[in-house]
Amino acid sequence: MLVDAIVEAIRLAVTRIPDDVVSALRKAYEREESGVARFNLENILKAVEIGRDGSIPVCQDTGTLTFFVRAGVESPYLRGLEGAIVEATRRATREVPLRPNAVDVLNGKNSGDNTGLFVPVVHWELVEGSEIEMAVLPKGGGSENCSALAMLTPGEGWEGVKRFVLERVRECGGKPCPPVILGIGVGGGADLSLSLAKRALLRRVGERNSDGRIAEIEAELLEEVNSLGIGPMGMGGKTTALDVKIEVAHRHPASFPVGLIVQCWANRRAFLRIKPDGGIEVWQ
Amino acid sequence: MAVRLRTPLGEEDVLNLRAGDVVHLSGTVYTARDSAHRRILELAARRELPFDLDGAVIYHCGPVIRKGGGGYEVVSAGPTTSARMNRYLEGILSLGVRGIIGKGGMNPGPFKGRTVYFAFTGGAGSLAAKSIKNVREVLWLDELGTPEAVWVLEVEDFPLLVAIDANGSSLYGR
Repeated sequence: MLVDAIVEAIRLAVTRIPDDVVSALRKAYEREESGVARFNLENILKAVEIGRDGSIPVCQDTGTLTFFVRAGVESPYLRGLEGAIVEATRRATREVPLRPNAVDVLNGKNSGDNTGLFVPVVHWELVEGSEIEMAVLPKGGGSENCSALAMLTPGEGWEGVKRFVLERVRECGGKPCPPVILGIGVGGGADLSLSLAKRALLRRVGERNSDGRIAEIEAELLEEVNSLGIGPMGMGGKTTALDVKIEVAHRHPASFPVGLIVQCWANRRAFLRIKPDGGIEVWQ
Repeated sequence: MAVRLRTPLGEEDVLNLRAGDVVHLSGTVYTARDSAHRRILELAARRELPFDLDGAVIYHCGPVIRKGGGGYEVVSAGPTTSARMNRYLEGILSLGVRGIIGKGGMNPGPFKGRTVYFAFTGGAGSLAAKSIKNVREVLWLDELGTPEAVWVLEVEDFPLLVAIDANGSSLYGR
């Protein structure tokens, strides 16, 4: 059943850190020389194992659940999908369990089940065809607090992008739980740049943008971020970021928007596909 | 080599610690985040705080909790970002708190001469939960909700790094 499958995807996302992220963390551990950096990376690797073996959330901040849906307009499962996502969120909160993280902005009251106004967050994209593909990204608050938007002038261009990202990462230090993964969206206006930046986090660590020019900027920026020396948990070291992901859109001639979404090392995600015959696949 | 400490902490327990030391902490810790800090300071000002923070350790943490067997079980409980609590730091330390556990660091100034900041690894909530043996009590759960309530936890050999010591030395921003 659809709700069961979505609950399973949420459970997978919060209890299992994806293999590409774990292997990047292991490499970081081997590279670090200081005892303090190794203390933190060793704890991270232990926590990953405990989460996987015990099927419990690796991090207590199970985040705001964010779904990216690519919905084939001919799928017979479109109707009721939003309701199924909300129901699965409530059930996962009880069953996984998740931490209830949805709070009323006026009186601070916690809804208790991770649902409320506009949460869980669902990004819809309508596409041709009869399949539905969705991703779940449980996004933690500590790293999200370091996210930012810059409306650069076109003259500042890509040098400006780098400067803005490096300044922001330096200013945030240990707050977002480094080593981080940076999602960056460039172009498209203020709203789209941030949305692209968040979507960029769905890509595997090590996977570069298919446009070679953008891929080059990703690699350069990764090296520059790591040369800041902030290190695991902001206590110094060689690994400040595991990866940098950039997505782009065309821009207005007057604007150069840059959305930055900072993701902690626990780059959690899971995917789900609903086929036209009702078959469902869940993977990471 | 790790220093073993048990709560409540005395002045001499913390003044000798140096940034970079590993401490295995046992005893009671009180979780507190933004709302709990505000509430603690309000009640303390009216002398109505229902627990004594002299020698206590505050943990910046909002745990994942499972209810069952007539009590609460901590499932995952890593630290939250401490910098959000900088604004309450002086007030909280003036209540006699001797240790703060969190991640990301805080303003080192108020720690000088009296308290240390312990860091645990952010995101490693499943590992931290292994050191938590028991939930002794929960305060203000209905009003503040699970993440913001004060959970009174019994910990055993919780492995922590001294990240800011009472001399003002810090592992952050080097």
